[in-house]
Amino acid sequence: MLSLLTHIGRFTLRQLSEMGRMSLFLLSALMLAFRPPAKIYLIIHHIKTIGVDSLSVVILSGFFTGMVMGFQGYYSLRKFNAESWLGSAAALGLLRELGPVLSAFMVTGRTGSAMAAELGTMRATEQIDALYSMAINPIKYLVSPRIIAGLIAMPMLTAIFDVVGIYGAYLVGVGLLGVSSGSYFSGMESSVVFNDVYSGFMKSLSFGLIITWVCCYKGFYAPPRATGVSQATTESVVLSFVLILVWDYFLTSVML
Amino acid sequence: MIRVVDVHKSFGGQQVLKGVNLDFTTGKITTIVGTSGCGKTVLLKHLNALLLPDRGEVLVDNVDITKLKQKELYAMRGRFGVLFQGAALLDSMTIFDNVAFPLREKTKMDEAQIRKKVEERLDQVGLEGMGYKYPAELSGGMKKRAGLARALIMDPEIVLFDEPTTGLDPVLATGIHQLIARTQATFGFTGVVVSHTIPQVFEISDYVAILAGGIIEEIKPTKEFKESKNPVVQQFIRGEIEGPIRVL
Repeated sequence: MLSLLTHIGRFTLRQLSEMGRMSLFLLSALMLAFRPPAKIYLIIHHIKTIGVDSLSVVILSGFFTGMVMGFQGYYSLRKFNAESWLGSAAALGLLRELGPVLSAFMVTGRTGSAMAAELGTMRATEQIDALYSMAINPIKYLVSPRIIAGLIAMPMLTAIFDVVGIYGAYLVGVGLLGVSSGSYFSGMESSVVFNDVYSGFMKSLSFGLIITWVCCYKGFYAPPRATGVSQATTESVVLSFVLILVWDYFLTSVML
Repeated sequence: MIRVVDVHKSFGGQQVLKGVNLDFTTGKITTIVGTSGCGKTVLLKHLNALLLPDRGEVLVDNVDITKLKQKELYAMRGRFGVLFQGAALLDSMTIFDNVAFPLREKTKMDEAQIRKKVEERLDQVGLEGMGYKYPAELSGGMKKRAGLARALIMDPEIVLFDEPTTGLDPVLATGIHQLIARTQATFGFTGVVVSHTIPQVFEISDYVAILAGGIIEEIKPTKEFKESKNPVVQQFIRGEIEGPIRVL
Protein backbone atom coordinates (compact mmCIF):
# COMPACT_ATOMS: atom_id res chain seq x y z
CA MET A 1 0.00 0.00 0.00
CA LEU A 2 2.82 2.36 0.98
CA SER A 3 4.66 1.44 -2.19
CA LEU A 4 1.59 2.27 -4.31
CA LEU A 5 1.23 5.65 -2.60
CA THR A 6 4.94 6.32 -3.15
CA HIS A 7 4.52 5.56 -6.86
CA ILE A 8 1.47 7.80 -7.16
CA GLY A 9 3.29 10.56 -5.29
CA ARG A 10 6.36 10.29 -7.50
CA PHE A 11 4.23 10.26 -10.66
CA THR A 12 2.29 13.34 -9.52
CA LEU A 13 5.45 15.23 -8.63
CA ARG A 14 7.00 14.33 -11.98
CA GLN A 15 3.93 15.53 -13.88
CA LEU A 16 3.75 18.76 -11.87
CA SER A 17 7.42 19.42 -12.43
CA GLU A 18 7.02 18.78 -16.18
CA MET A 19 4.03 21.18 -16.30
CA GLY A 20 6.08 23.81 -14.48
CA ARG A 21 8.97 23.38 -16.90
CA MET A 22 6.63 23.62 -19.89
CA SER A 23 5.04 26.79 -18.53
CA LEU A 24 8.41 28.44 -17.88
CA PHE A 25 9.54 27.43 -21.37
CA LEU A 26 6.49 29.13 -22.92
CA LEU A 27 6.86 32.21 -20.75
CA SER A 28 10.51 32.52 -21.64
CA ALA A 29 9.81 32.06 -25.39
CA LEU A 30 7.05 34.70 -25.35
CA MET A 31 9.14 37.20 -23.39
CA LEU A 32 12.12 36.70 -25.70
CA ALA A 33 9.88 37.09 -28.77
CA PHE A 34 9.29 40.73 -27.83
CA ARG A 35 12.89 41.49 -26.88
CA PRO A 36 14.90 43.16 -29.68
CA PRO A 37 16.39 42.43 -32.11
CA ALA A 38 13.27 40.96 -33.72
CA LYS A 39 13.92 37.88 -35.84
CA ILE A 40 11.50 38.89 -38.63
CA TYR A 41 13.27 36.79 -41.30
CA LEU A 42 12.95 33.70 -39.10
CA ILE A 43 9.26 34.37 -38.41
CA ILE A 44 8.62 34.68 -42.16
CA HIS A 45 10.58 31.46 -42.78
CA HIS A 46 8.49 29.56 -40.22
CA ILE A 47 5.21 31.03 -41.49
CA LYS A 48 6.19 29.45 -44.81
CA THR A 49 7.02 26.12 -43.11
CA ILE A 50 3.88 26.03 -40.99
CA GLY A 51 1.50 27.80 -43.35
CA VAL A 52 2.47 27.41 -47.00
CA ASP A 53 3.87 23.89 -46.66
CA SER A 54 0.69 22.69 -44.87
CA LEU A 55 -1.62 24.35 -47.39
CA SER A 56 -2.15 21.36 -49.68
CA VAL A 57 -3.03 18.97 -46.87
CA VAL A 58 -5.33 21.54 -45.25
CA ILE A 59 -7.14 22.22 -48.55
CA LEU A 60 -7.53 18.51 -49.26
CA SER A 61 -8.81 17.64 -45.80
CA GLY A 62 -11.07 20.72 -45.73
CA PHE A 63 -12.60 19.82 -49.08
CA PHE A 64 -13.39 16.21 -48.11
CA THR A 65 -14.60 17.19 -44.65
CA GLY A 66 -16.99 19.65 -46.29
CA MET A 67 -18.24 17.02 -48.73
CA VAL A 68 -18.85 14.52 -45.90
CA MET A 69 -20.71 17.25 -44.01
CA GLY A 70 -22.80 17.79 -47.14
CA PHE A 71 -23.88 14.15 -47.16
CA GLN A 72 -24.34 13.75 -43.39
CA GLY A 73 -26.06 17.12 -43.02
CA TYR A 74 -28.45 16.38 -45.86
CA TYR A 75 -29.24 12.93 -44.37
CA SER A 76 -30.02 14.39 -40.92
CA LEU A 77 -31.87 17.50 -42.07
CA ARG A 78 -34.05 15.60 -44.52
CA LYS A 79 -35.67 13.78 -41.58
CA PHE A 80 -37.08 17.15 -40.50
CA ASN A 81 -37.70 18.44 -44.03
CA ALA A 82 -35.03 21.03 -43.38
CA GLU A 83 -32.56 20.35 -46.25
CA SER A 84 -32.56 24.06 -47.05
CA TRP A 85 -30.62 24.62 -43.81
CA LEU A 86 -27.70 22.59 -45.10
CA GLY A 87 -25.59 25.69 -45.78
CA SER A 88 -26.21 26.94 -42.27
CA ALA A 89 -25.33 23.58 -40.67
CA ALA A 90 -22.16 23.17 -42.71
CA ALA A 91 -20.97 26.72 -42.10
CA LEU A 92 -21.61 26.65 -38.35
CA GLY A 93 -20.02 23.24 -37.93
CA LEU A 94 -16.95 24.21 -39.89
CA LEU A 95 -16.48 27.73 -38.54
CA ARG A 96 -17.02 26.89 -34.88
CA GLU A 97 -15.60 23.40 -34.60
CA LEU A 98 -14.32 21.31 -37.45
CA GLY A 99 -12.27 23.99 -39.19
CA PRO A 100 -10.10 24.93 -36.21
CA VAL A 101 -9.78 21.39 -34.81
CA LEU A 102 -9.13 19.46 -38.01
CA SER A 103 -6.74 22.02 -39.47
CA ALA A 104 -4.87 21.99 -36.13
CA PHE A 105 -4.62 18.20 -36.38
CA MET A 106 -3.30 18.48 -39.93
CA VAL A 107 -0.69 21.06 -38.93
CA THR A 108 0.36 18.96 -35.93
CA GLY A 109 0.90 15.92 -38.12
CA ARG A 110 2.47 17.80 -41.00
CA THR A 111 4.60 20.48 -39.29
CA GLY A 112 4.51 19.95 -35.51
CA SER A 113 6.10 16.52 -35.70
CA ALA A 114 8.78 17.84 -38.07
CA MET A 115 9.44 20.70 -35.66
CA ALA A 116 9.95 18.29 -32.74
CA ALA A 117 12.19 16.03 -34.84
CA GLU A 118 14.29 18.95 -36.09
CA LEU A 119 14.87 20.41 -32.62
CA GLY A 120 15.44 16.93 -31.19
CA THR A 121 18.11 16.27 -33.80
CA MET A 122 19.69 19.63 -33.06
CA ARG A 123 19.83 18.63 -29.39
CA ALA A 124 21.34 15.22 -30.18
CA THR A 125 24.00 16.68 -32.48
CA GLU A 126 24.94 19.43 -29.98
CA GLN A 127 23.69 22.21 -32.28
CA ILE A 128 21.67 23.65 -29.38
CA ASP A 129 24.77 23.54 -27.15
CA ALA A 130 26.67 25.25 -29.98
CA LEU A 131 24.16 28.13 -29.93
CA TYR A 132 24.57 28.47 -26.15
CA SER A 133 28.34 28.44 -26.53
CA MET A 134 28.14 31.20 -29.17
CA ALA A 135 26.26 33.28 -26.56
CA ILE A 136 23.05 33.01 -28.62
CA ASN A 137 19.89 32.15 -26.70
CA PRO A 138 18.48 29.09 -28.52
CA ILE A 139 14.98 29.73 -27.19
CA LYS A 140 14.96 33.17 -28.79
CA TYR A 141 16.52 31.88 -31.98
CA LEU A 142 14.71 28.55 -32.41
CA VAL A 143 11.49 28.65 -30.40
CA SER A 144 10.11 32.21 -30.25
CA PRO A 145 9.94 32.66 -34.07
CA ARG A 146 8.15 29.32 -34.43
CA ILE A 147 5.55 30.27 -31.81
CA ILE A 148 4.90 33.68 -33.40
CA ALA A 149 4.68 32.02 -36.83
CA GLY A 150 2.20 29.47 -35.44
CA LEU A 151 0.04 32.26 -34.05
CA ILE A 152 -0.03 33.97 -37.45
CA ALA A 153 -0.29 30.94 -39.75
CA MET A 154 -2.86 28.84 -37.90
CA PRO A 155 -5.86 31.26 -38.17
CA MET A 156 -5.10 31.72 -41.89
CA LEU A 157 -5.00 27.97 -42.50
CA THR A 158 -8.24 27.56 -40.56
CA ALA A 159 -9.91 30.26 -42.65
CA ILE A 160 -8.84 28.44 -45.82
CA PHE A 161 -10.09 25.12 -44.39
CA ASP A 162 -13.47 26.74 -43.61
CA VAL A 163 -13.91 28.26 -47.06
CA VAL A 164 -12.89 25.07 -48.89
CA GLY A 165 -15.09 22.98 -46.55
CA ILE A 166 -18.12 25.17 -47.19
CA TYR A 167 -17.51 24.86 -50.92
CA GLY A 168 -17.17 21.04 -50.56
CA ALA A 169 -20.50 20.85 -48.73
CA TYR A 170 -22.01 23.10 -51.44
CA LEU A 171 -20.79 20.80 -54.22
CA VAL A 172 -22.39 17.76 -52.58
CA GLY A 173 -25.55 19.46 -51.30
CA VAL A 174 -26.32 21.61 -54.33
CA GLY A 175 -24.49 19.74 -57.09
CA LEU A 176 -25.32 16.14 -56.15
CA LEU A 177 -28.31 16.15 -53.80
CA GLY A 178 -30.38 18.94 -55.33
CA VAL A 179 -30.50 21.50 -52.52
CA SER A 180 -31.23 24.94 -53.92
CA SER A 181 -28.17 27.16 -54.23
CA GLY A 182 -30.11 30.18 -52.98
CA SER A 183 -31.35 28.47 -49.82
CA TYR A 184 -27.83 27.08 -49.15
CA PHE A 185 -26.31 30.57 -49.04
CA SER A 186 -29.28 32.43 -47.55
CA GLY A 187 -29.47 29.92 -44.66
CA MET A 188 -25.79 30.44 -44.06
CA GLU A 189 -26.11 34.24 -44.21
CA SER A 190 -29.03 34.35 -41.78
CA SER A 191 -27.57 32.01 -39.15
CA VAL A 192 -23.85 32.76 -39.07
CA VAL A 193 -23.06 35.69 -36.75
CA PHE A 194 -19.80 37.43 -35.87
CA ASN A 195 -19.44 35.41 -32.68
CA ASP A 196 -19.23 32.16 -34.71
CA VAL A 197 -16.31 33.49 -36.74
CA TYR A 198 -14.70 34.99 -33.63
CA SER A 199 -15.02 31.70 -31.73
CA GLY A 200 -13.31 29.81 -34.57
CA PHE A 201 -10.60 32.48 -34.79
CA MET A 202 -9.84 32.29 -31.06
CA LYS A 203 -9.67 28.50 -31.22
CA SER A 204 -7.29 28.50 -34.17
CA LEU A 205 -5.11 31.11 -32.48
CA SER A 206 -4.83 29.06 -29.29
CA PHE A 207 -4.27 25.83 -31.24
CA GLY A 208 -1.41 27.52 -33.10
CA LEU A 209 0.13 28.32 -29.73
CA ILE A 210 -0.44 24.80 -28.36
CA ILE A 211 1.10 23.05 -31.39
CA THR A 212 4.25 25.17 -31.58
CA TRP A 213 4.69 25.27 -27.80
CA VAL A 214 4.31 21.51 -27.23
CA CYS A 215 6.29 20.43 -30.29
CA CYS A 216 9.13 22.88 -29.63
CA TYR A 217 9.28 21.89 -25.96
CA LYS A 218 9.36 18.16 -26.67
CA GLY A 219 12.01 18.58 -29.38
CA PHE A 220 14.11 21.05 -27.40
CA TYR A 221 14.38 18.74 -24.40
CA ALA A 222 14.52 15.47 -26.35
CA PRO A 223 16.95 12.94 -24.87
CA PRO A 224 20.14 13.23 -26.98
CA ARG A 225 19.93 9.91 -28.82
CA ALA A 226 18.17 8.51 -31.90
CA THR A 227 15.30 6.97 -29.90
CA GLY A 228 15.02 10.26 -28.00
CA VAL A 229 14.11 12.05 -31.23
CA SER A 230 11.45 9.51 -32.19
CA GLN A 231 10.09 9.54 -28.64
CA ALA A 232 9.91 13.35 -28.65
CA THR A 233 8.14 13.35 -32.02
CA THR A 234 5.52 10.84 -30.89
CA GLU A 235 4.95 12.57 -27.56
CA SER A 236 4.65 15.98 -29.20
CA VAL A 237 1.94 14.77 -31.60
CA VAL A 238 -0.04 12.86 -28.96
CA LEU A 239 0.15 15.65 -26.37
CA SER A 240 -0.78 18.29 -28.97
CA PHE A 241 -3.85 16.28 -30.03
CA VAL A 242 -4.97 15.79 -26.43
CA LEU A 243 -4.42 19.44 -25.47
CA ILE A 244 -6.21 20.63 -28.60
CA LEU A 245 -9.29 18.55 -27.72
CA VAL A 246 -9.25 19.50 -24.02
CA TRP A 247 -8.75 23.20 -24.79
CA ASP A 248 -11.44 22.98 -27.48
CA TYR A 249 -13.90 21.75 -24.86
CA PHE A 250 -13.08 24.64 -22.50
CA LEU A 251 -13.26 27.29 -25.20
CA THR A 252 -16.51 25.88 -26.55
CA SER A 253 -18.10 25.89 -23.12
CA VAL A 254 -16.97 29.48 -22.52
CA MET A 255 -17.77 30.90 -25.97
CA LEU A 256 -21.04 29.10 -26.76
CA MET B 1 43.13 32.20 -16.03
CA ILE B 2 40.53 29.44 -15.67
CA ARG B 3 40.37 27.61 -12.36
CA VAL B 4 38.16 24.62 -11.55
CA VAL B 5 37.67 24.19 -7.80
CA ASP B 6 36.23 21.07 -6.20
CA VAL B 7 33.67 20.44 -8.96
CA HIS B 8 31.20 17.63 -8.38
CA LYS B 9 28.65 16.47 -10.94
CA SER B 10 26.18 13.58 -10.97
CA PHE B 11 23.69 12.37 -13.56
CA GLY B 12 20.87 10.38 -12.03
CA GLY B 13 22.61 8.24 -9.46
CA GLN B 14 25.94 8.21 -11.27
CA GLN B 15 28.63 10.50 -9.90
CA VAL B 16 30.86 11.55 -12.81
CA LEU B 17 33.01 14.28 -11.28
CA LYS B 18 33.99 13.77 -7.65
CA GLY B 19 35.87 16.94 -6.75
CA VAL B 20 37.86 18.11 -9.76
CA ASN B 21 40.55 20.74 -9.11
CA LEU B 22 42.39 22.08 -12.14
CA ASP B 23 44.10 25.30 -13.29
CA PHE B 24 44.48 26.23 -16.95
CA THR B 25 47.43 28.46 -17.79
CA THR B 26 46.60 31.50 -19.91
CA GLY B 27 47.89 31.39 -23.48
CA LYS B 28 48.83 27.72 -23.33
CA ILE B 29 47.22 24.47 -24.47
CA THR B 30 46.17 22.10 -21.72
CA THR B 31 44.99 18.66 -22.73
CA ILE B 32 42.71 16.55 -20.56
CA VAL B 33 43.11 12.85 -21.24
CA GLY B 34 41.29 9.89 -19.76
CA THR B 35 39.44 6.75 -20.69
CA SER B 36 36.22 6.91 -22.73
CA GLY B 37 33.27 7.84 -20.56
CA CYS B 38 35.38 9.10 -17.64
CA GLY B 39 33.77 12.57 -17.75
CA LYS B 40 36.18 14.64 -19.88
CA THR B 41 33.43 16.19 -21.99
CA VAL B 42 31.34 16.78 -18.86
CA LEU B 43 34.27 18.66 -17.33
CA LEU B 44 34.82 20.64 -20.55
CA LYS B 45 31.16 21.69 -20.64
CA HIS B 46 31.54 23.13 -17.13
CA LEU B 47 34.20 25.57 -18.34
CA ASN B 48 31.71 27.76 -20.22
CA ALA B 49 28.73 26.78 -18.04
CA LEU B 50 26.99 24.59 -20.60
CA LEU B 51 26.71 22.35 -17.54
CA LEU B 52 26.55 23.60 -13.98
CA PRO B 53 28.22 21.73 -11.14
CA ASP B 54 26.27 20.22 -8.26
CA ARG B 55 29.01 21.61 -6.03
CA GLY B 56 32.19 23.59 -6.60
CA GLU B 57 33.31 26.63 -8.57
CA VAL B 58 34.51 27.44 -12.08
CA LEU B 59 36.49 30.67 -11.99
CA VAL B 60 37.34 32.66 -15.10
CA ASP B 61 39.58 35.59 -14.14
CA ASN B 62 38.46 35.04 -10.53
CA VAL B 63 34.74 35.29 -11.44
CA ASP B 64 32.68 32.24 -10.55
CA ILE B 65 30.75 31.67 -13.78
CA THR B 66 28.36 29.22 -12.13
CA LYS B 67 26.82 32.12 -10.20
CA LEU B 68 26.50 34.62 -13.06
CA LYS B 69 23.15 36.03 -14.11
CA GLN B 70 21.99 35.13 -17.62
CA LYS B 71 23.16 38.38 -19.24
CA GLU B 72 26.60 38.20 -17.62
CA LEU B 73 26.88 34.53 -18.51
CA TYR B 74 26.19 35.23 -22.19
CA ALA B 75 28.84 37.98 -22.13
CA MET B 76 31.28 35.51 -20.55
CA ARG B 77 30.49 32.86 -23.17
CA GLY B 78 31.38 35.41 -25.84
CA ARG B 79 35.00 35.05 -24.67
CA PHE B 80 34.95 31.33 -25.53
CA GLY B 81 35.09 29.43 -28.79
CA VAL B 82 34.10 25.78 -28.84
CA LEU B 83 34.89 23.02 -31.30
CA PHE B 84 32.38 20.25 -30.58
CA GLN B 85 33.02 16.56 -31.03
CA GLY B 86 30.79 16.31 -34.12
CA ALA B 87 31.53 19.95 -35.06
CA ALA B 88 27.84 20.82 -34.29
CA LEU B 89 27.46 22.87 -37.45
CA LEU B 90 23.93 24.16 -38.02
CA ASP B 91 22.83 21.80 -40.78
CA SER B 92 20.28 24.17 -42.31
CA MET B 93 23.08 26.61 -43.23
CA THR B 94 26.00 26.53 -45.63
CA ILE B 95 29.54 26.43 -44.23
CA PHE B 96 29.95 30.13 -45.01
CA ASP B 97 26.75 31.01 -43.13
CA ASN B 98 27.76 28.78 -40.21
CA VAL B 99 31.06 30.59 -39.83
CA ALA B 100 29.44 33.99 -40.40
CA PHE B 101 26.61 33.22 -37.97
CA PRO B 102 28.21 34.56 -34.73
CA LEU B 103 29.31 37.74 -36.55
CA ARG B 104 25.81 38.34 -37.90
CA GLU B 105 24.17 37.67 -34.56
CA LYS B 106 26.62 39.29 -32.16
CA THR B 107 28.32 42.15 -34.04
CA LYS B 108 27.30 45.16 -36.12
CA MET B 109 29.73 44.34 -38.95
CA ASP B 110 28.42 44.89 -42.47
CA GLU B 111 28.16 42.06 -44.96
CA ALA B 112 31.37 43.03 -46.80
CA GLN B 113 33.40 42.95 -43.59
CA ILE B 114 31.80 39.63 -42.60
CA ARG B 115 32.62 38.12 -45.99
CA LYS B 116 36.25 39.21 -45.72
CA LYS B 117 36.69 37.80 -42.22
CA VAL B 118 34.88 34.51 -42.93
CA GLU B 119 36.90 33.89 -46.09
CA GLU B 120 40.08 34.62 -44.17
CA ARG B 121 39.17 32.04 -41.50
CA LEU B 122 38.12 29.46 -44.09
CA ASP B 123 41.49 29.95 -45.81
CA GLN B 124 43.29 29.45 -42.49
CA VAL B 125 41.62 26.08 -41.94
CA GLY B 126 42.10 24.99 -45.55
CA LEU B 127 38.49 25.32 -46.66
CA GLU B 128 38.89 28.08 -49.23
CA GLY B 129 36.13 27.95 -51.86
CA MET B 130 34.06 25.46 -49.83
CA GLY B 131 31.78 28.00 -48.16
CA TYR B 132 28.82 27.25 -50.43
CA LYS B 133 28.58 23.61 -49.28
CA TYR B 134 26.25 22.31 -46.58
CA PRO B 135 27.61 20.33 -43.58
CA ALA B 136 26.05 17.10 -44.90
CA GLU B 137 28.22 17.43 -48.02
CA LEU B 138 31.50 17.52 -46.06
CA SER B 139 33.74 14.75 -44.76
CA GLY B 140 34.38 14.37 -41.00
CA GLY B 141 37.71 16.19 -41.20
CA MET B 142 36.27 19.06 -43.23
CA LYS B 143 33.43 19.44 -40.72
CA LYS B 144 35.96 19.69 -37.89
CA ARG B 145 37.88 22.34 -39.82
CA ALA B 146 34.68 24.28 -40.48
CA GLY B 147 33.82 23.95 -36.77
CA LEU B 148 37.27 25.30 -35.92
CA ALA B 149 36.79 28.25 -38.29
CA ARG B 150 33.49 29.04 -36.53
CA ALA B 151 35.08 28.64 -33.10
CA LEU B 152 37.78 31.17 -34.05
CA ILE B 153 35.63 33.71 -35.90
CA MET B 154 35.00 35.92 -32.85
CA ASP B 155 38.72 35.95 -31.91
CA PRO B 156 38.06 34.18 -28.59
CA GLU B 157 40.43 34.31 -25.63
CA ILE B 158 39.72 30.69 -24.75
CA VAL B 159 39.00 27.82 -27.14
CA LEU B 160 37.60 24.47 -25.99
CA PHE B 161 38.22 21.43 -28.19
CA ASP B 162 36.05 18.39 -27.50
CA GLU B 163 37.70 15.29 -28.98
CA PRO B 164 38.89 17.18 -32.09
CA THR B 165 40.28 14.07 -33.81
CA THR B 166 37.80 11.35 -32.81
CA GLY B 167 36.67 9.35 -35.81
CA LEU B 168 39.44 10.65 -38.08
CA ASP B 169 42.22 8.62 -39.66
CA PRO B 170 45.76 9.12 -38.22
CA VAL B 171 46.89 11.36 -41.08
CA LEU B 172 43.86 13.62 -40.78
CA ALA B 173 44.16 13.57 -36.97
CA THR B 174 47.74 14.84 -37.25
CA GLY B 175 46.51 17.51 -39.68
CA ILE B 176 43.88 18.70 -37.20
CA HIS B 177 46.42 18.71 -34.36
CA GLN B 178 48.80 20.82 -36.45
CA LEU B 179 45.96 23.14 -37.33
CA ILE B 180 45.13 23.62 -33.63
CA ALA B 181 48.80 24.31 -32.82
CA ARG B 182 49.14 26.72 -35.75
CA THR B 183 45.98 28.66 -34.93
CA GLN B 184 46.97 28.81 -31.26
CA ALA B 185 50.35 30.25 -32.24
CA THR B 186 48.61 32.78 -34.51
CA PHE B 187 45.85 33.90 -32.16
CA GLY B 188 47.43 33.16 -28.77
CA PHE B 189 44.25 31.79 -27.18
CA THR B 190 44.13 29.59 -24.10
CA GLY B 191 43.33 26.12 -25.40
CA VAL B 192 41.67 23.28 -23.56
CA VAL B 193 41.70 20.01 -25.49
CA VAL B 194 39.83 16.89 -24.45
CA SER B 195 41.26 13.85 -26.14
CA HIS B 196 42.34 10.25 -25.80
CA THR B 197 44.43 10.32 -28.97
CA ILE B 198 47.83 9.69 -27.40
CA PRO B 199 50.69 10.14 -27.96
CA GLN B 200 49.83 12.45 -30.93
CA VAL B 201 48.00 14.99 -28.77
CA PHE B 202 51.12 15.45 -26.61
CA GLU B 203 52.80 17.21 -29.54
CA ILE B 204 50.48 20.20 -29.33
CA SER B 205 50.03 20.28 -25.54
CA ASP B 206 51.87 22.52 -23.10
CA TYR B 207 50.26 20.75 -20.14
CA VAL B 208 48.53 17.39 -19.81
CA ALA B 209 46.01 16.43 -17.11
CA ILE B 210 44.57 12.97 -16.61
CA LEU B 211 41.00 12.51 -15.36
CA ALA B 212 40.39 9.17 -13.68
CA GLY B 213 37.84 8.07 -11.10
CA GLY B 214 36.14 11.47 -11.22
CA ILE B 215 39.20 13.47 -10.13
CA ILE B 216 42.30 14.95 -11.78
CA GLU B 217 44.87 12.31 -10.97
CA GLU B 218 47.79 14.38 -12.25
CA ILE B 219 48.58 17.56 -14.21
CA LYS B 220 52.07 18.34 -15.45
CA PRO B 221 53.93 19.95 -18.33
CA THR B 222 53.80 17.50 -21.23
CA LYS B 223 57.41 16.28 -20.97
CA GLU B 224 57.11 15.59 -17.25
CA PHE B 225 53.70 13.99 -17.71
CA LYS B 226 55.12 11.48 -20.19
CA GLU B 227 57.82 10.56 -17.70
CA SER B 228 55.47 10.44 -14.71
CA LYS B 229 55.79 7.48 -12.35
CA ASN B 230 52.09 7.72 -11.43
CA PRO B 231 50.67 4.22 -12.12
CA VAL B 232 47.42 5.70 -13.49
CA VAL B 233 49.37 7.79 -16.02
CA GLN B 234 51.61 4.87 -16.94
CA GLN B 235 48.68 2.50 -17.41
CA PHE B 236 46.88 5.01 -19.62
CA ILE B 237 49.93 5.85 -21.74
CA ARG B 238 50.81 2.17 -22.23
CA GLY B 239 47.18 1.19 -22.80
CA GLU B 240 47.35 -1.66 -20.31
CA ILE B 241 44.28 -3.47 -19.08
CA GLU B 242 45.78 -4.30 -15.70
CA GLY B 243 46.29 -1.40 -13.32
CA PRO B 244 44.56 1.15 -11.12
CA ILE B 245 42.15 2.24 -13.91
CA ARG B 246 39.26 -0.21 -13.99
CA VAL B 247 38.56 -0.92 -17.64
CA LEU B 248 36.05 -3.74 -17.78
